[in-house]
Amino acid sequence: MLEKIVYYFQNRSGEFWRYAGQHIGVSLLALMIALIITVPLGILLYRYRIGRTIGERLFGFLRIVPSLAVLAFLIPLMGSGIRPALVALVILAMPPILINTIQAFLNLPADLIEGARGMGMSDAQIFFRVKLPLAFPQMFAGIRTAAVEIVASATIASYIGAGGLGVIIFSGLNLLRYDLLIIGGGAVAILSLATGFVLDQLLKYMTRYRRA
Amino acid sequence: MSVLEFKHVYKTFPGMNGYALDDISLSIEQGEFVTILGSSGCGKTTLIKTINRLVEPDSGEITLFGEPVGEQDPVLLRRKIGYVIQQIGLFPHMTVAGNIATIPKILKWDKEKTAAETDRILTLMNLPPEEFRNRYPSQLSGGQQQRVGLARAMICDPKVMLLDEPFGAIDAINRDLLQNELKALSQGSEKTYLFVTHDIREAFKLGTKTIIMERGKILQYDTPLRITEDPADDFVRELLRTSGMTAEEAGKLSQGAK
Repeated sequence: MLEKIVYYFQNRSGEFWRYAGQHIGVSLLALMIALIITVPLGILLYRYRIGRTIGERLFGFLRIVPSLAVLAFLIPLMGSGIRPALVALVILAMPPILINTIQAFLNLPADLIEGARGMGMSDAQIFFRVKLPLAFPQMFAGIRTAAVEIVASATIASYIGAGGLGVIIFSGLNLLRYDLLIIGGGAVAILSLATGFVLDQLLKYMTRYRRA
Repeated sequence: MSVLEFKHVYKTFPGMNGYALDDISLSIEQGEFVTILGSSGCGKTTLIKTINRLVEPDSGEITLFGEPVGEQDPVLLRRKIGYVIQQIGLFPHMTVAGNIATIPKILKWDKEKTAAETDRILTLMNLPPEEFRNRYPSQLSGGQQQRVGLARAMICDPKVMLLDEPFGAIDAINRDLLQNELKALSQGSEKTYLFVTHDIREAFKLGTKTIIMERGKILQYDTPLRITEDPADDFVRELLRTSGMTAEEAGKLSQGAK
């Protein structure tokens, strides 16, 4: 088995890195799109009770829909390839980011914000210099969850021709090649863990003010 | 010269019985250190928040240096007024220097001036700049945090300072120290101070004049000594009695700390 794996990397490492690159590319793109849609939406919704309720219910529902079901639903509408895969991954990533964004802004210390206003900061200054940095850690927790879920689920996207490390896994399944299954599955697992680790370190660095 | 004037100011809050401010009229002279004394919910915090327009009165007029505050841009108005709240007011994600530079940054001071003024004000607050400049609020004691809060409010040299129970959450020894420092700082200064507290000893120690408030009304506005010698009504008399405050002690308090 080990020999086969070594053989794979000796002869087909180009292919492996291409799939890994696709995997990371699709994941990053999906995360970016989800961030661009969801962060402003969360900031818009948190002020209004009704907006919060609708947002949290709707996205709470989206959260329990399996990605595979979303894919099955999208194929007749969008065909196969990278676009339906991206849509499915974005839908997967939105709930944790939205819900954490809403909660993060709700939990901001009111005294501190009033203090900032009392000092003569404008609304925009309060938002960018006080609210956003203070909401960031909790928002970031949602982004981390979303990123790890995307990396893991991008595997399924290979099934509809979006490329990525899933291709290796599905070839392994089709050919009953355990070496390919281990290479593909292992790579996805390592990539997920690494994503979580890198984001944790980033958060630690950005909230270094917390450690006294 | 009268710096600050209230004319028949009223304020109610929804869901609250009675007035938060009930026909407040008052005039404060330049250089005065006015302490506002009252129990929680008496309207003392509301009173100072109407000055920097964090609270808008229902009716009446407030003028600062002769100009009605209601007609000024609230954001620009606030930048001319120093504002200190309890220690929670420091931004946890900014260093001491970052916190102090909040208003200089908004006013677009250049870096050298901001740095020089930051060091100057830190020194004034007994915080050696090289030691404290780059610390975060979580690395400071309560007393140190409040010194930074004062420094932040004073760096642009506002003519009026509003302080809302700034020493409320600080231990007795440090509170005493900070009171003495603030008193020394304010004596001989052109600045006008309004200082909210619920502690009669603090009010009489710091105040050149004290406002006693209850249920949105000003019961008495006078020097601590005059208040003790001639209480305006039963409430003030009761307040003095329960706190064991005598004219002699009031005199000692306002003289004592230099």
